[in-house]
Amino acid sequence: MEAPATHSTAEPLEFCDATKRYPGTSAPAVDGLSLKVPAGEICVLVGPSGCGKTTAMRMVNRMIEITSGDILLGGRSVKDRKTSELRREIGYVIQHIGLFPHRTISENIGTVPKLLGWDKGRIKKRSEELLELIGLPAETGKRYPSQLSGGQRQRVGVARALAADPPVMLMDEPFGAIDPINRERLQNEFLRLQAQVRKTIIFVTHDIDEAIKMGDRIAILQEGGKLAQYAPPAELLTYPASRFVEDFVGSDRALKRLALQRVRDIDLWKAAAIRVGTPVAEARAKIAEADVSFAMLVDERGRPLGWLSDRALTGERVTEELRSPARPIVELDDVLRDALADLLSSETRYGAVVGVDGALAGVLSLEVIQHFLQAAPTESPTGADLLAE
Amino acid sequence: MTVPLAQLQIQEPGGSDACAAANDFCPSWIVENIDRYWSPLLEHVYLTLAPVVIGFAISLALAILAHRRRWLTGPIITVTGIFFAIPSVAAFFLLQPITGLGYTTAIVALVSYTLLIIFRNITNGLRNVPAETRDAALGQGLTERQVLFRVELPMAVPEIMAGLRIATSTTVGLAALAVFAGAGGLGTEILLDKRFKSNVAVAGGLAVLLAALFDLLLLALQRAITPWQRARA
Repeated sequence: MEAPATHSTAEPLEFCDATKRYPGTSAPAVDGLSLKVPAGEICVLVGPSGCGKTTAMRMVNRMIEITSGDILLGGRSVKDRKTSELRREIGYVIQHIGLFPHRTISENIGTVPKLLGWDKGRIKKRSEELLELIGLPAETGKRYPSQLSGGQRQRVGVARALAADPPVMLMDEPFGAIDPINRERLQNEFLRLQAQVRKTIIFVTHDIDEAIKMGDRIAILQEGGKLAQYAPPAELLTYPASRFVEDFVGSDRALKRLALQRVRDIDLWKAAAIRVGTPVAEARAKIAEADVSFAMLVDERGRPLGWLSDRALTGERVTEELRSPARPIVELDDVLRDALADLLSSETRYGAVVGVDGALAGVLSLEVIQHFLQAAPTESPTGADLLAE
Repeated sequence: MTVPLAQLQIQEPGGSDACAAANDFCPSWIVENIDRYWSPLLEHVYLTLAPVVIGFAISLALAILAHRRRWLTGPIITVTGIFFAIPSVAAFFLLQPITGLGYTTAIVALVSYTLLIIFRNITNGLRNVPAETRDAALGQGLTERQVLFRVELPMAVPEIMAGLRIATSTTVGLAALAVFAGAGGLGTEILLDKRFKSNVAVAGGLAVLLAALFDLLLLALQRAITPWQRARA
């Protein structure tokens, strides 16, 4: 066995018909769960309360013993391991964090390294490194958990789980006790962190929006601990496998898909970009080639100024007569859902899309979005990919 | 130093000056006679510390046992509760046929009074450790034993110390009756000259000061070992 302290690579995780049955109950809490999580991916277990998602997660580090079936970590059964040693190789983050109030932040972060017998200097260095990684000042290490805010404590909880660089992490509603604004921030921070550390993660939540945002893959569980569907977020939203999944992801699943995509990912309409003084004949030729029957007046750098009126195209050369301003202006990097919101709240049906240089890159319309939603999902990016860019 | 009880009855008021003769409160007499209290005071210190230390050791062992086997908690509280309810003077006399006259009898009886207080406080302290802290500790790979010694007991220290403070104050008071077990202490001085106000005031006052001093020391110890309790945002 390699030294547990030097894992820098993630390991795949596999549930093989894993079942949990409590004595004295007829229905199992987790019923024959089988799924594979590739190394370095986030698998979200989501479902209504009582669906067995937390039980399934806790079987991985044997906080709950498996009744039948097995769970393989890096191809090796967790049942063959001594529980305390197994758990030291699996990062563990829970909703109430459970920091030790009588230990400083550094000592809390150093819990597992200390159990693994690291020397003091190495533990100190590691905890400083992790404080920096989670964006807390180094002097925080000397403080006690009661002196930190809820969000800071949650970050420390994540740092503690990462301390010995485990190949796998378990996260049970890690942002559940955080207010919505900070939750969003912590989710984004965590995805950025994951882009760097690339752990295999089992993430439990009851919130489908969080699942879609955080998961590379989502396992939806239903009551009785049965797996209803296991798929990447876009596939789950486009092709729900059952009525249960359809209801659980919600009737707004089309909108949720939009949250997974950016404007640059879809086929935009081409519009004629025309400068003042262009010969009208040339302008008309450009308009004929475009997907939109209106032309966009742009400045010398190609930045949209407004939609040209018909009168601007009556003379020899194009004049600066506008039909309507170029609003809304959407960026290529905007998430589609936000772009749609801009479109819906403006007076025009078309949104001018600009690139990072501010130049017109295309036109977004309700029809374009509708067309995208009707098409089958291609390999769509996940929340992690969106943030990693 | 042991004093046969029969001898106590025939003591005359001490002191020879006018103040003492009038049985007033006499500072001059106290200054002259303060030396005679040192030895009983030291005995009293011993009669307090020994039972508290032994009582703490027994209670800690019982609490750890009851932490692993929850069903034992009820019976332990019942038995230590009965010990606690026995009048101390009765206990001193009842134990004499077994342990004889002297320190042993006094300490056995005094230990039995500390058990209920200290046991309950340790048990409460252990139970007040939040479930999520235990869960996080086990989930990180601490063994049950490590959870107990590295997490649960340290977190229970404030309640354990509160129990020790009550037990110590109580024992200082009860040790004044150890004279009936023939174990000496400040109680001996009180009984030797119980009608002389200055004597009773000095002996009683020393017991009160001793209780206060122990309490302060324990408080200082608690603050020294629980820096996390004072750390607030």
